Amino acid sequence: MTTNILEMRSITKTFPGVKALSEVSVDVGRGEIHAICGENGAGKSTLMKVLSGVYGFGTYEGDIVFEDSTVQFRDIRDSEAVGIVIIHQELALSPQLSIAENIFLNNEQRGPLGLIDWNKTNSEAAKLLARVGLRENPTTKIKQIGVGKQQLVEIAKALSKRVKLLILDEPTAALNDEDSDHLLDLILHLKGQGITSIIISHKLNEIKKIADSVTVIRDGKTIETIAKDEVTEERIIKDMVGRDLEHRYPDHTPNIGEEVLRVEDWTAHHPQDPTRVMVDRVNLNVRAGEIVGLAGLMGAGRTEFAMSLFGRSYGSRISGRVFKNGKEIKVRDVSEAIRNGLAYATEDRKEYGLNLIEDIKRNISVAALGKISKWGLVDDNEEFKVANEYRKSMNIKSPTVLAKTGKLSGGNQQKVVLSKWIFSDPDVLILDEPTRGIDVGAKYEIYTIINRLAASGKAIIVISSELPELLGICDRIYAISEGRITGELPIAEANPEALIKLMTMETPR
Amino acid sequence: MSDNVPSSTETIGPPQNRFTASISHILADLGKNGIFLALIAVVVLFSFTTNGILLRPQNISNLIVQNGYILILAIGMVMVIVAGHIDLSVGSVAAFVGAVSGVFAVQMGLPWWLSIFLSLLIGALVGAWQGFWIAYVGIPAFIVTLAGMLIFRGLALVVLGNANIGSFPDEYRALGNGFLTDLLGAYEVDPVTMGVAVIAIIALVIQQVRSRRGRMQYAQEVEPLVWFIAKIVLIGVGVALFAYALATFKGIPITLIVLAVLVLIYGVLTNRSVFGRHIYAIGGNRHAAELSGVKTRQVDFWIFVNMGVLAALAGLVFTARLNLAGPKAGDGFELEAISAAFIGGAAVQGGVGTIGGAIIGGLIIGVLNNGMSIMGIGIEWQQAVKGLVLLLAVAFDVFNKRRSGGR
Repeated sequence: MTTNILEMRSITKTFPGVKALSEVSVDVGRGEIHAICGENGAGKSTLMKVLSGVYGFGTYEGDIVFEDSTVQFRDIRDSEAVGIVIIHQELALSPQLSIAENIFLNNEQRGPLGLIDWNKTNSEAAKLLARVGLRENPTTKIKQIGVGKQQLVEIAKALSKRVKLLILDEPTAALNDEDSDHLLDLILHLKGQGITSIIISHKLNEIKKIADSVTVIRDGKTIETIAKDEVTEERIIKDMVGRDLEHRYPDHTPNIGEEVLRVEDWTAHHPQDPTRVMVDRVNLNVRAGEIVGLAGLMGAGRTEFAMSLFGRSYGSRISGRVFKNGKEIKVRDVSEAIRNGLAYATEDRKEYGLNLIEDIKRNISVAALGKISKWGLVDDNEEFKVANEYRKSMNIKSPTVLAKTGKLSGGNQQKVVLSKWIFSDPDVLILDEPTRGIDVGAKYEIYTIINRLAASGKAIIVISSELPELLGICDRIYAISEGRITGELPIAEANPEALIKLMTMETPR
Repeated sequence: MSDNVPSSTETIGPPQNRFTASISHILADLGKNGIFLALIAVVVLFSFTTNGILLRPQNISNLIVQNGYILILAIGMVMVIVAGHIDLSVGSVAAFVGAVSGVFAVQMGLPWWLSIFLSLLIGALVGAWQGFWIAYVGIPAFIVTLAGMLIFRGLALVVLGNANIGSFPDEYRALGNGFLTDLLGAYEVDPVTMGVAVIAIIALVIQQVRSRRGRMQYAQEVEPLVWFIAKIVLIGVGVALFAYALATFKGIPITLIVLAVLVLIYGVLTNRSVFGRHIYAIGGNRHAAELSGVKTRQVDFWIFVNMGVLAALAGLVFTARLNLAGPKAGDGFELEAISAAFIGGAAVQGGVGTIGGAIIGGLIIGVLNNGMSIMGIGIEWQQAVKGLVLLLAVAFDVFNKRRSGGR
């Protein structure tokens, strides 16, 4: 019997057009806490999905050895049967059911007739809650407890499945400090009981605190595994971002003009919970021809800022002032924002950006139908002509503008979204994760388009969690953390280390 | 950036030759118009099983008039469904407005045109009421219109006060029973009808040629000339035969004129207008539409106002036809209208559906009703068959989409 509970050997996973993982190997020792680090999109989540059977055997290459035998999981039930349980970043709890019901969902505690034994369910749940240190009644509904406690319920649920290897995907991303500390202590406590954990995290101080070893993944490849005594933040950051920054970004000579947009004291609260501040007194400005980066981790408030600014598409109790070319403007709804020359390309193309059952032509025209219509009637031919021009100038790879956008690749979908916003004639474009889920070649094209827009005098805000991307294309970068701007760096002074520090900076409470 | 970057997807090369190009065009058109072929198949089937009675002039005329109100409702319903909603209340609203129009036209003795105008206005108010709850309060249309189904059925009974209202003015009755011929008097083959048909065909040809020219000017793909002409000839012959049948009976029913005007207006509205585009955008992806500046609430609201007006109009046509406003009016209309929209290719998830499809779907239901009645099939089997047709039509659609790799 070896000391490793898990060995993943040369895992390769390909999606159409993208190699997400390439020969990734990770060894996890029995009883250790193993951290996996990497930028967004580096392949961490894909690797965990392979391990937990979400991507079943046969959809990847390589071997998974668990407790000294090669395993082939067809789905998540197979992996749970041997004791591997994954807790996803987005918790998979049913809000209307009780804590106990959630813990035993699909694993119900049955009595003699096959009916649910509620006494057993609730008493077993209570025992599990005690193990994770959660003092709540098992019959309380999930929606009545906070995210931190929900996270503990997920762990209790994992314990009910006799977990041997617990995988936590960014477990503290949505938690406050107190809840985070409690969770980390719990993971250490479980380690004492012999449960091995894999924790995926961006937060380097957390990793240093609890991890016994750290594997860094970058661009779908294993960079190295670092043992506890050798872990330093500098080394992890270097591993995470250390790549050739040259030639991945087109040359960009800034030609910066007057200030176009200024936002003052922009504040927005959570839409359902108006006491939670999601965007906290943000001040920023963009000038004509300037590409400004907004660097932040997931959940830092970057999308919340952009969407609340763009016609109050997010949040409640929004306050703050917006100035366009020095004059204050109102942006009470999206059409007013568009009229005032703002455009926002969302980070989630499929959910928020495109009508996938409609063709390229109609997706491009939808935000500015007024430009191609007379008396409220759309000129089909003009629309076709416009769409065709964008198909050519943006290099949308489709034989015709009549193709449905749902059938295009991610890169081409993004070009359709950008076409839509360019057609709406904005002065300020806010691009939220413009290259997410896009392969390297298409990324270059998107960067070229962004440069071209800046060269034509547009003011551009790029939101991204990929630092090399921001460093490669921006003229100036703001960092945002916990809804607040934590720093502003001209490109000459910006580097990944400095930015990560700002992006993970916590507000004194 | 240049256009000659190698493309990862297939490109459309020049067609191998004109023959295969024509064939592929014809097949594509047939695929798009599968529902139209289904209508023809149903018509052919029933003209055999009824020994030709189905296609007798009088029966064709009846078919239009008997189904007019369903077709009017189907026009509004398809827009509601495209936007991702449903309206269960239209039958009750039709009954309610029918009853109210009885009060206006018969009990109060208002002029027919004022009665009709006021009735349509009340339909708009009913639509605004439901639209308010759906669009601005955010209650699902299913619930709001289920409530509306009860509310307006109840109000219809209140207005009628346990009695029928009958004997409407002649002008009012013309909406459901009148013919354009009545203007000129009776002929063997009504000249007005044939005249209208000729004008309609000429208008169709002009419109088609202009649209084709426009597309060619913009270097858009057009179908081969032979197929283009063949299609126009086919449609022209169809219109002429249909008109001849009407002309040898009593001429053009007023209901048909109302329908034709509605189809024209709503065809343009859904296909060409900004408002129509917004409906499809909302149905396809509500979030994306909202983030593209579409005022989704306003659009939702007006869709239901519109549905209210059309439900009122359907109520008027139905009342006019029976010359009676009764408590059972409009019973089950909502189900037929919804079926028509779905048989006509509207998608349950929204975003897909056309006025033309809904009309053809409505006609299929109408022919089924009519054909089975002539054959003497009982109401119980008629119901069952219609249910089955609805299920199969939507199943066929789902199957078709899966095969073509759609969503």
